[in-house]
Amino acid sequence: MLRNTPAFILNPLQALGRYSQLLFHAFGAIPEFGTYRKNLWEQMVRIGVESLPIVMMAAAFSGAVTTVQTSYQLVFPLIPKGIIGAIVVPSMILELGAVVTGFILAGRVGARIAAELGTMRVTEQIDALEAMGLNSIGYLIVPRVVAGIVMFPVLYVAACFVGIGGGMLVGDLGGFVPIGEFVDGAREFFQPFDPLFGVIKSLVFGFTITSISCFKGYYTKGGAEGVGRATTQAAVASCVFLLLADLVLAVILL
Amino acid sequence: MISVQQINKSFGQKHVLKDVSLDIPEGETLAIIGRSGSGKSVLMKHIIGLMQPDSGRVFVDGVNINDISYAELRRVRQHFGVLFQGGALFDSMNSFENVAFPLRTFTSMNESEVRNVVQECLSMVELEDVGLKMPSELSGGMQKRVALARAVALRPRYILYDEPTSGLDPETSNTIDELIKNLANQLNVTSIVVTHDMHSVLNIADRAAFIYEGRMHWTGTMDELHKSKDEILTAFVTANEYKIGV
Ligand SMILES: Nc1ncnc2c1ncn2[C@@H]1O[C@H](COP(=O)(O)OP(=O)(O)OP(=O)(O)O)[C@@H](O)[C@H]1O
Ligand SMILES: [Mg+2]
Repeated sequence: MLRNTPAFILNPLQALGRYSQLLFHAFGAIPEFGTYRKNLWEQMVRIGVESLPIVMMAAAFSGAVTTVQTSYQLVFPLIPKGIIGAIVVPSMILELGAVVTGFILAGRVGARIAAELGTMRVTEQIDALEAMGLNSIGYLIVPRVVAGIVMFPVLYVAACFVGIGGGMLVGDLGGFVPIGEFVDGAREFFQPFDPLFGVIKSLVFGFTITSISCFKGYYTKGGAEGVGRATTQAAVASCVFLLLADLVLAVILL
Repeated sequence: MISVQQINKSFGQKHVLKDVSLDIPEGETLAIIGRSGSGKSVLMKHIIGLMQPDSGRVFVDGVNINDISYAELRRVRQHFGVLFQGGALFDSMNSFENVAFPLRTFTSMNESEVRNVVQECLSMVELEDVGLKMPSELSGGMQKRVALARAVALRPRYILYDEPTSGLDPETSNTIDELIKNLANQLNVTSIVVTHDMHSVLNIADRAAFIYEGRMHWTGTMDELHKSKDEILTAFVTANEYKIGV
């Protein structure tokens, strides 16, 4: 029956099967995690700390742009200016903080993970780990995915603060809305669930990006060209599944 | 004792190993010879379970390694040292860390013990000074030797060498041959040496196994190799003659 299934259905299904299998093995390797703790630190630094500047920059700009744009769209003079704060802050917390961080990490972290693991695969370094009796999935993949899950929410929180800060600053300096009114507006419409939603989202994004990139890198085939292909696919697939997860979470939780 | 029994392996349409059988008794040094692309590296990867045969079995110390759990397979692998054809050094670590890696991972040695063993291993391959160099800063032959030092660091009972002397100058090749012989004699290591180089085969091996077009075409001792009238084997050996140095 499988033989008659067209490739455009079969291939994604096979990929999904192998992806699930990889995750299954990764879960199995968690008990021996102590052995790989040193790797976790290294990955947390690489994924988290080294991405912080670019994430903050992107967040600051998106916060600022949202402020300017919102005030442009609210042309009626009767609407209190504080509304701008009431729109910018939830936008940042609900959507922009996590998605902007996600896109940057998909490009920066996802591509790097796939290139690293892909090179290790085609130069037989993964075989060498296995031949020593090490669990290569536990050693290479678990620390990267855990680091992604741990560090993404941290970056998300930073992105929110910087983004909202950037919005307030540009709103004030550009004469769109004074800081006081911005804050008052934001306070009035603040929903305590919003930050929780954002954190849940960033946990999911952290997992999505790192696990997909590990998957693409770990199963790389075919030399330098294969590594190139895996790298691009990792970045693209991370972005696509990030958007998909974004939509699914919004539908389920909001 | 390693026993390979009638393994077959195909990649897509390509039938690479055909009914290959091979026994390697404890303490023996076996050379696997054959032309490029004949399946030597693929056979080697089956012996440590990095590849699974389509049919047939591989036994290590009486255990069928295709029929045990992953955890058990990993324990079996810890008896092996493997030198990969391309070296397969970890490129995120310098030479010292590469050799130290198995020691730090699998033993409870303290740092100064690790340091001693690493220095000892690096000097066995005549590279005591490259510890701080990254693999990318080493020549191909040097990478190979650091990888060899890493493979023997844990004093494994079985060592698999995939072309240990290819890409090395004749003098260094001899050093490596001597090293392989010493490890075999002093530590009673069972060695499998994949090679094209008949000079080292004659120098180090107790027995040779000749793979031809995916089949185990011929096996025998060095004496038998000299006396063999098998045409395909002699063609392979004489093609190497200029190196054997008459
Ligand atoms: N992972 C793989 N996927 C597909 N084909 C492979 C794979 N590994 C090896 N092959 C094929 O199997 C055949 C034997 O390869 P192998 O690497 O064992 O040759 P070899 O005898 O080691 O040659 P050399 O002396 O050049 O190293 C080759 O035709 C190769 O193309
Ligand atoms: Mg080979």
